[in-house]
Formats: sequence, structure tokens, C-alpha cells
Amino acid sequence: MPYDRDHVVLEAEQVTNISSQEYPHQFPNDTRKFGLEAFRENLQVKIWRVSRDEMEFDLVGLDASLANAFRRILIADIPTMAIETVFMMNNTGVIQDEVLAQRLGLVPIYADPSAFTFKTANQAPTDVNTIVFDLQVRCTRKPNPGPGETDPDKLYQHHSVYSGDLKWSPKGDQAEKFADDPIRPVHSDILLAKLRPGQEIHCEVHCQMGMGREHAKWSPVATASYRLLPHIVLKRPITGDQAERLQACFPEGVIGIVEEDGKRVAKVANPRRDTVSREVLRHDEFKDLVELKRVRNHFIFKIESSGIIPSSTLFSQSIKHLMHKVKVVMKAVEAMENSMVEE
Amino acid sequence: MAEQTQDQLPKTTADGIELASSKVEILAGSGTDPTAATFVLHEEDHTLANPLRHAIMQNPEVEFCGYSIPHPSEYKVQLRIQTTQETTALAALKKGLEDVYAMCDHTFKEYHRVMKAGEYEIVDEE
Repeated sequence: MPYDRDHVVLEAEQVTNISSQEYPHQFPNDTRKFGLEAFRENLQVKIWRVSRDEMEFDLVGLDASLANAFRRILIADIPTMAIETVFMMNNTGVIQDEVLAQRLGLVPIYADPSAFTFKTANQAPTDVNTIVFDLQVRCTRKPNPGPGETDPDKLYQHHSVYSGDLKWSPKGDQAEKFADDPIRPVHSDILLAKLRPGQEIHCEVHCQMGMGREHAKWSPVATASYRLLPHIVLKRPITGDQAERLQACFPEGVIGIVEEDGKRVAKVANPRRDTVSREVLRHDEFKDLVELKRVRNHFIFKIESSGIIPSSTLFSQSIKHLMHKVKVVMKAVEAMENSMVEE
Repeated sequence: MAEQTQDQLPKTTADGIELASSKVEILAGSGTDPTAATFVLHEEDHTLANPLRHAIMQNPEVEFCGYSIPHPSEYKVQLRIQTTQETTALAALKKGLEDVYAMCDHTFKEYHRVMKAGEYEIVDEE
């Protein structure tokens, strides 16, 4: 098969044409343009769905290296606040201190990271680098349960400790600063521990700023991923019952059947919905009729925020972060160049 | 390879992305030929190196560009650039950096233009 410049090819047992060869001097008599100008001409953005915590959009016309950089930054490089230190005053529940602390750490904390700074190991906690929560829950018996009652909800008060039990304790000017949008766990219904009458958890937790590359609890996204747009090629018209069998090889909506000259003909309706299961290649009748490909520069991004930063803001932050990285290196390169001239 | 002494190591500030005095250096053994050099980018990884490699390779005056992370426990990237006589490795690196910046800038503007146009579905989760 001749090399396909724009598609990754999916065969039954292997994936071919994987790497992009879109660089100067790669093809004889190449008329394609490269570099910035071509990038500006080709880039397309299409946003499909946006909600507070989730968004799906397409980036078309860029290299995987750039798309992957945006994805990596989303996961590992955008700072948030998360519980880092737990001061355990009392814990008589069955969940061990260190397990409880680990669970606390993973609770997303709704706090604007831009209002805080990083705290280094030798810095003391202050109102600009630390958020304090108190957690004090004691389980007691409810009065007069019915005879033979086994439902813990009816028997005990506070038998479950939820993230909503974390009470923010504002320090310095935090109370004024965040009056309109108080700091709190994003979700109040995350189960942290279970207690029985007489058991108690009492601790103070300190949140600090960090990045996902150190621990996933600081990642602002539940996940951020992309996939390449599927591209299905029907090499010859597929009609009648065969068209229906072809349709059955794909998820709903991928293959449509239209009437043409009194015949039912299969057409690719919405390749976006394909999961690229490659089921079609398992059928001998379709082996030579269908080609499965993916468009190499069409990225379908999905960002799922952990709820701290809105999903639509996250992507712009990711781009800005890469620009910042470039700026820092550029400055250093210029400094190095100047010092070389001096020598 | 030159032995690194303590004061050559990059100074890490709290957020780890502030300018360090030795953020970038040229690897010893690059010689006197300005068209070929290996740069070391401290405290960088695939996130910056891969798009940078891509941008540098798009320059028609660049004959070779590649990067490696010599060891996963060392937070640095080695970037090799070889060019024709028309330019230098350093100039190609600078152009690459400018191009990555401009590509990001364009992506940012395009994303915001489309976001503003508001032609998308707004889903209410609750």
C-alpha cells in the first residue's frame, strides 16, 4: 500500500503509517508548506460540548507533539490546592491514621489556586500558602430505635464521615478574600470513614499547593485525553443485505443506508462514533472492501475537570503554561548566548 | 561528559519553573562547529522537548534534530541539532522556541475565538 501522509492505517493485526513525516525534504517534489504560516492556515478548533466539569472539542491541523504537550500539562503541570498534612488529634475508628490521611489527600478542594503560593519545606505556613480544615466527628447512638432494628441510619448518629464534615477554618484575611466563594471540598458526599458508637475522628488538615507530577491529588483533571478521528473508507459500493451486515459491524450511527436507484447502499454517516473495534476486518467478505484509518492531525480532546477549575478554563491555562515554559527557556538561551560572546 | 558540580546544578525555586542560571547549557564536546550542538535543558521533559523538536524539524535549514532523556531520574533533556551552513544550531533552537510560542499563541487565540462564538452545546450536569 502506498504511504498515506494524512492517515494512520489500522489493519487486522497491526497499525501502520504511525509516525508523521510532515517535515521538509521528506517527499520528492513536495508542494506542501511547513512552519508557522502553514500552521496558521491549517489549525481549526471546534468545540462540541461544554459543561462545568467536562468538555469535548476538536483540534485539527497540529502535530501530535503539541497536542500531547497540552494533555501532559493538564494532567501534571497545572497547580491546585490539596490536603498535604494531617494532624491527627484522635482517631478511634477502624480506619488507620495513615489510610485516613491518604483518603483525605485525594479530596478535591475548591479553592482558587491563583490566590495562593507554593510552600517550600522550610517556609512556615501562612494564609497565602496554606488552607486549614478541621474534622471532628463523633458517632453516637440514636435514642429509641425500633426493636430488632439493623439499619445503621436509624441506629446511629454520624456513623459515616463525609468530605462535607471538613470545616474550613479561615486564617488571616482568607475569610474576607473568599467571602463570595468560600473554600470547601468540591463534593460534600465523599465517604471518608465509617464509625460506630463511641468512636471518634478529630484532626486538623493543612492544604498546600502542588502539581500533578508530584502526586495525582494535585491534578486539576480527573482525566484529559485525546483520540484521533476515525476514517472509514468503503472501496466499492456495498449494497443490499451486505450493507446491513456492514452496518452491524460498527456502533450505531457510524454506517448509514441510503436508497440509490432502488438499491440500498451503505454510506459512512458518522465516523466520529466509531470505537475502531476492527470488528469489520474479522469478516472475510469485508476484508478487501473496507479500510480503517484515523486522521493523523485531528485530535478529539476530552477534558474532565476535578471540579476545582472549570474545564473550559483548563485548556487555556494549559496553552499559557507551555508558552511560559518556552519563555523561560528562551531567556536562558539568550543569557547563555550573551555569556558566550563575553568569553 | 563533563562532571556536574553542585553549583552548576539548576537552582530550583518553589514552583520549579522560574529561571535558573544554568537552565540551558551546551553539552561539552560540541566542538567549534556552530552548525552542530547538543543542548541540555534542565528541568524539562517531553512536554516541552517534543513540540520543540517538531518545530525545529520544520525548519528547512535543519538537517537533524532529536532529543533524549538520558535517565528518568535526572530531570533534564538533551536536544541535538545539526543544520546546514546557512544557519547555526543556536539560531535554529531560538527559531524553534519562537515557533512553538507562536503556535501556542495562535492556538490560544483560535480557541478563544471559537469559545466566544459560542457555537457549542452547553450541558448542565445537575
